[in-house]
Amino acid sequence: MSVMEQDSAGVPARASLFNDPKVRGIFYQLLLVVVLGLLGYFIVSNTITNLERQNIASGWGFLSNTAGFGTNQSLVPYSETSSYGRAIYVGFLNTLLVAGVGIFCATVIGFVVGIARLSNNWVINRLAYCYVELVRNIPLLLQIFFWYFAVLRSIPSKREKWSFFDTFHLNIGGLRVPKPIWEPGSQWIGYALIIGFIASFLISRWARKRQEATGQQFPTLATVLGLIIGLPLIAYFIAGMPVSLEHPNFVESGPILLQGFELNVGINVIPEFLALTAALAIYTASFIAEIVRAGIQAVSHGQTEAAHALGLRNGQTLRLVVIPQAMRVIIPPLTSQYLNLTKNSSLAVAIAYPDLVSMGGTVLNQTGQAIEIIGIWMMVYLSLSLITSAFMNWYNQRMALVER
Amino acid sequence: MGVAATTAAGATTLEDVKAKGFIQCGVSQGLPGFSNPDAQGNWTGLDVDLCRAMAAAVFGDASAVKFTPLSAKERFTALQSGEVDVLSRNTTWTMSRDTQLGLNFAGVNYYDGQGFMVRKDLGVTSALELSGASVCTNTGTTTELNVADYFRANNMPYEIVAFEKADEVVGAYDAGRCDVYTTDASGLYAQRLKLTSPGDHVVLPEVISKEPLGPVVRQGDDEWFNITKWTLNAMINAEELGVTSENVDEMKSSDNPEIKRLLGAEGSFGEAIGLSNDWAYNIVKHVGNYEETFNANVGPDTPLGISRGINALWSDGGILYAPPVR
Repeated sequence: MSVMEQDSAGVPARASLFNDPKVRGIFYQLLLVVVLGLLGYFIVSNTITNLERQNIASGWGFLSNTAGFGTNQSLVPYSETSSYGRAIYVGFLNTLLVAGVGIFCATVIGFVVGIARLSNNWVINRLAYCYVELVRNIPLLLQIFFWYFAVLRSIPSKREKWSFFDTFHLNIGGLRVPKPIWEPGSQWIGYALIIGFIASFLISRWARKRQEATGQQFPTLATVLGLIIGLPLIAYFIAGMPVSLEHPNFVESGPILLQGFELNVGINVIPEFLALTAALAIYTASFIAEIVRAGIQAVSHGQTEAAHALGLRNGQTLRLVVIPQAMRVIIPPLTSQYLNLTKNSSLAVAIAYPDLVSMGGTVLNQTGQAIEIIGIWMMVYLSLSLITSAFMNWYNQRMALVER
Repeated sequence: MGVAATTAAGATTLEDVKAKGFIQCGVSQGLPGFSNPDAQGNWTGLDVDLCRAMAAAVFGDASAVKFTPLSAKERFTALQSGEVDVLSRNTTWTMSRDTQLGLNFAGVNYYDGQGFMVRKDLGVTSALELSGASVCTNTGTTTELNVADYFRANNMPYEIVAFEKADEVVGAYDAGRCDVYTTDASGLYAQRLKLTSPGDHVVLPEVISKEPLGPVVRQGDDEWFNITKWTLNAMINAEELGVTSENVDEMKSSDNPEIKRLLGAEGSFGEAIGLSNDWAYNIVKHVGNYEETFNANVGPDTPLGISRGINALWSDGGILYAPPVR
């Protein structure tokens, strides 16, 4: 490329337009645009004609019709009388939930395993190696089935339970946890939390500036934790303890089908969610572990030695010297793992987790509006991917080497 | 570009089918008795036999058919887009499907209704005792809608767990994830065979819906629609007239004018639907009449053990009634 540009810049333009690289460049670009445009026009018009010929109704009106089917997890109020649009929205939120929790867990597991891969301890090192090699070579769908059916086969039935600390209960119907009930006055806790975050931000900025100017350190982490946890806690007591917990209710007598945990009391984390999140997190974590290992190994050992020579301890070396440099290598491939995890969550449909594809698929089948539904799927996954990579690119830029 | 446009607009399904030499038939992914592949990949079942009968009618060869296993979710799109020529996959005939999807239902080859299956040790004897139950079913079916209607109408809370494939529904129900497995009654009997101990489960007496199951074709191709419709009718009429794959050769010389018209010895009914006049003879000869395929696939002597019930001929107290060939 650069050679050609130099040529065209150095030599005066030739007489024939046909041989002018600039003109030819523009011509082929235009040609590409026209061909793409024609192709798009052909696809759209062909689809419209075929739909009309086969008497398939199209349009978005179906979204406000009554759905008529239920679901086993919705983050917003939803019933059989809600609309198709609402059903798709419920599926969308479920996708967001499983992707968010999955990304968080995958990152934590991935960093731990990735660092363990570099451990001098032979057992830890080999364990991490086996985990990575085993998990990333087994297809994800198989792992989802493994986690789901292994979970179902090994935990107590509906009428029994395992309890932990008398607060968490597990059986085949899911993991039951107490549900917080927000009474009037509880909004103060939220305000306190927001104030805590703002104060933490300001204090850590001030502490950093002070350290840069004077070299004096400030216990930032302890202060921030105190603000974020302590302030809402104080607000909670001042407002008169406005939050109560609704505990899951285990019924042991009466009609046999009503025994076990009462429906809609407390929070029930369904086994489909547990299995899907576990599978996604563990699978993706094996890739993240390799990315983290590669990232850390990319930082030359001289950096560690130099840091030690300056008198930094091991922990400080890792935190202040090695990890910041490793992050520059880690973030770009990490982004694609996050995108993969989000897209892979669509395998949910295999184990009855009502995600966007599952709910959308049901709507598709009830209405037959294939093109509209697939359009929604494409738009949602595209947007999620673009938002994720935009955020990660922003983060990457912040972490990038600032050349002075 | 041009090719896609011509096929879409020009040739009829019959011409397409004749050109490629076989019928592409959409079936379920594995429902014993209706459409199920064996270890060698040979498909058998009531729905499969309908496609084989169509192949016999068109080609005189019941094996000129290829099967595409489809999930409940994929089936209509596969038919609309031309991936399959006919959908013979325990599909319920409903008004919205008939009128809004660009499809035509060509008749009913099995009258079904939705039922519930539970573990015997729950001690439940009626579907009205299912309050608070968790219910396993397939996504994207009328089943899912019926169960919602039923539980709501009877004011019973429930939890739905909906899977894409029937095998996963069976697996989850077998593991105890759900108290109840609901689908068409025929499907319950078929899927029960896949459970660890089929004897521990019982199908409740309530039938909560009408599920007329039948073959489906694309709208706008009357010729193919007629072939599908009359293949089914020929099988039912053959049973009514006592024509079986065993006696069809002798029956060809029968004096009964109805049999003569059916088997092509009189009139030209085959040509009227674009086929040869021995179309129905071929169906009965190579596949059998309705009773034969029913008994071979789902009848009392099969593992499913389904009695004819309302699927008996109208003359035997059932509701199976095919228009006459005349």
